[in-house]
Amino acid sequence: MRYLVLLALWVLPMLAHAQDWEDQRMFGVDSSPTMRIISSTDTSFFAPIIESFLAERPDVSIEYLVTGTADLDQIFRASPAEFDVVISSAMDLQLKLANDGFAQRIDDITHPAWAQWRQSLFAFTTEPATIVINKAAFAGQDVPRTRLELIQALRADPDRFRGRVGTYDVRQSGLGYLFATQDARASESFWRLTEVMGSLDARLYCCSGEMIDDLADGTIAVAYNVLGSYAQARQDTRDKLEVILPSDFPTTMMRTAFVSRDTLQPQTAADFIRHLTIAQSQGADLASFPLPPLITELDAAGRSRIALEPALMTYLDRLKRRTFMREWESAIIQSPSAPSQ
Amino acid sequence: MTEVVRVAGSLRNRLAVTLVGGAAVLAILLFVVVRNYAAQIAQAGQDQIIGASVSSILDAAVVRDGVVDVDFPYASLSMLSTEFDDRVFYAIYQDDAVISGYDTLPRSDIAANTDRQYETVVFDGVPVRLASASRTLIGAGFRTNIVVSVGQTQDALSGTLNGISRNVALFGAGFFALATLIAFWATSTTFGQLQALTTAITRRGPKDLRPVVKPIPAELAPLVSSLNSLMARLNQSLLQSENFITEAAHRVRTPLATVRSHAETTLHRVERPENRQALRAMVRAIDESSRAAGQLLDHAMIAFRADNLDQQDIDLGALVQELLVQLTPIAEMKDIDLEMTQDGNAAVRGDPILVQNALRNLIDNALKYSPAESTITISVSDVPTAHVRVCDQGTGFDPDEIDDLAKRFKRGTNVAGIVGSGLGLTIVEDVAHAHGGKLTLENQKTGGACVTLSF
Repeated sequence: MRYLVLLALWVLPMLAHAQDWEDQRMFGVDSSPTMRIISSTDTSFFAPIIESFLAERPDVSIEYLVTGTADLDQIFRASPAEFDVVISSAMDLQLKLANDGFAQRIDDITHPAWAQWRQSLFAFTTEPATIVINKAAFAGQDVPRTRLELIQALRADPDRFRGRVGTYDVRQSGLGYLFATQDARASESFWRLTEVMGSLDARLYCCSGEMIDDLADGTIAVAYNVLGSYAQARQDTRDKLEVILPSDFPTTMMRTAFVSRDTLQPQTAADFIRHLTIAQSQGADLASFPLPPLITELDAAGRSRIALEPALMTYLDRLKRRTFMREWESAIIQSPSAPSQ
Repeated sequence: MTEVVRVAGSLRNRLAVTLVGGAAVLAILLFVVVRNYAAQIAQAGQDQIIGASVSSILDAAVVRDGVVDVDFPYASLSMLSTEFDDRVFYAIYQDDAVISGYDTLPRSDIAANTDRQYETVVFDGVPVRLASASRTLIGAGFRTNIVVSVGQTQDALSGTLNGISRNVALFGAGFFALATLIAFWATSTTFGQLQALTTAITRRGPKDLRPVVKPIPAELAPLVSSLNSLMARLNQSLLQSENFITEAAHRVRTPLATVRSHAETTLHRVERPENRQALRAMVRAIDESSRAAGQLLDHAMIAFRADNLDQQDIDLGALVQELLVQLTPIAEMKDIDLEMTQDGNAAVRGDPILVQNALRNLIDNALKYSPAESTITISVSDVPTAHVRVCDQGTGFDPDEIDDLAKRFKRGTNVAGIVGSGLGLTIVEDVAHAHGGKLTLENQKTGGACVTLSF
């Protein structure tokens, strides 16, 4: 029996760490109890917030684990007790996790009604999907301000842009899927743009970071539906790239966080969420945190923000997803053998 | 004077409890009925929305190339957003299999082509309101049954119901408070009439046995009419006994005078000392009886005159002087000085015969209980009110009995050997009461008693 327990103690951490993480970092003193955060946000964006939290709570340490939004959903669903706090930019997946009962209620956090759901899922950033261009590639040419202008620009000079257009691979990226479905819901121009990008052999990316890398070194000239915050945050690319907020209709996402239902440290986890929401609300010391803040007032369009509501689960529906994927694939992946199709 | 009354329960309390209890029952009934009604309406509202969601999903079901596709609109789930962020679950079934949504959602037992069916199920440990509908899809050589179920938790519903319950509870409490106030007001008004009657009867003088003539509520009429008839009979019987006593005293007095004169005559004739002693005792007893009969007559006369008071102006000083002239010979026999002082003009309105009788009794008493060679002081004054004060130098009143001495036939225990009927002070007190005055008995610090008749 004792050997079994020992074996289990030896094997469990192995299993837990068997996962391939994009990044994995420990904050704080090793000996103290560790709170595990699973997140889709790059460590560099989150480190200042974690460090400011640890300054207040030196008695805990934090392990920060980064993975893609779709993987995050699967990993967390498989073992909800392994993680204390879940942070993701894929609002739909986060809302479904909360709807399925994976999130714990935290009643003593005051947050606007539109920025939280069931007092368990809390939004803490406001980030629009943007068009990012390599300035050099658009030299001597008008910069497109809307989706329609982008379509016209791409059509006008297909040779210049062939193989140099990038967007999310919605099959891999939960955030990419969210942006695509919300775009499709808002306007037909999304499908036309996708068709055009498909005809130009668009490159598909799992993550914003890689897309911006390729933009910076000129591999691609334009990227559609990228998080502008990632491009602006990077010093090295700031001069080469231009972030464009589509003026026809913006699609704005909110990063959300919740405390796992099965957490063993509910108090610490709730304290972290509270710290996060306060730090990210306007009026707090925003300069010291690289994450975009939660903007509390609506802009002129009024409907720009993706609402935190059960309807987010619509495109997670198996049949809806199958249909959407089929249409998206037929639009974006146009086999060179049958270019006319 | 007040007799002990056996009290069992209170009409007022019983009425109040009945009214308040009734109000409480009504308030609770109101709460239950309104809350149930509100619950039904709120549930119907939620059902309406979930049902609409089911319909919009089911409407999107089509057969494409032999495969069922349900491309339902964003609004299907969007319409289920609530203020309380209720959780939403749904499932789409093709024949027996779940083709989309939550696999573990309880399957509704619904017949083919049924339009909206509602039930409450438990899913993930919470009550969920589930709406379902089914439709048969027919394609080329293809026939399949599609069922759509949409469930929603009931947080917003309970929130609404709690709000309604709070309001209804407040309303019910208000209703109850108002009904209680009205109940207390009604009982006190009702019993106020009874209280007024009681006060009217309590305030009457001891001899007032007239019937109640004030208007009274119908419910009290039998009681008051019995009371009136009881008082009439009592009055009759009192009159009879007074008449009887007067008659008896009158009849006894004349023979007693005859017996006394015979005894005196005989006293002069007998010489043996023991016989003389016996005769003297006899004369003394006859005097006592005769005096008692006289005072009984006086008392009866006063009782009669007090009921029909003759109102005249009386000068107390003159009245006392007149009495002193009459009584001085008797006082001189005992070597007692009668001194009178007058301060101001003490005038009262009343029956001179009654007042004279009362004053005579007072001075008589003083003479009887004063030792020889002493002084009786009679002072007449109008400060603070008209009064006559008679003070002697006798033994005074026994402090234990001072309050009871004016009662009928009550005599002090320290006056054995002095002739008296026990009616003297009773007569004085009756006269005082008939004139709205009072009789005060007290002992002087220097010895002797003082009796004050004030008006």
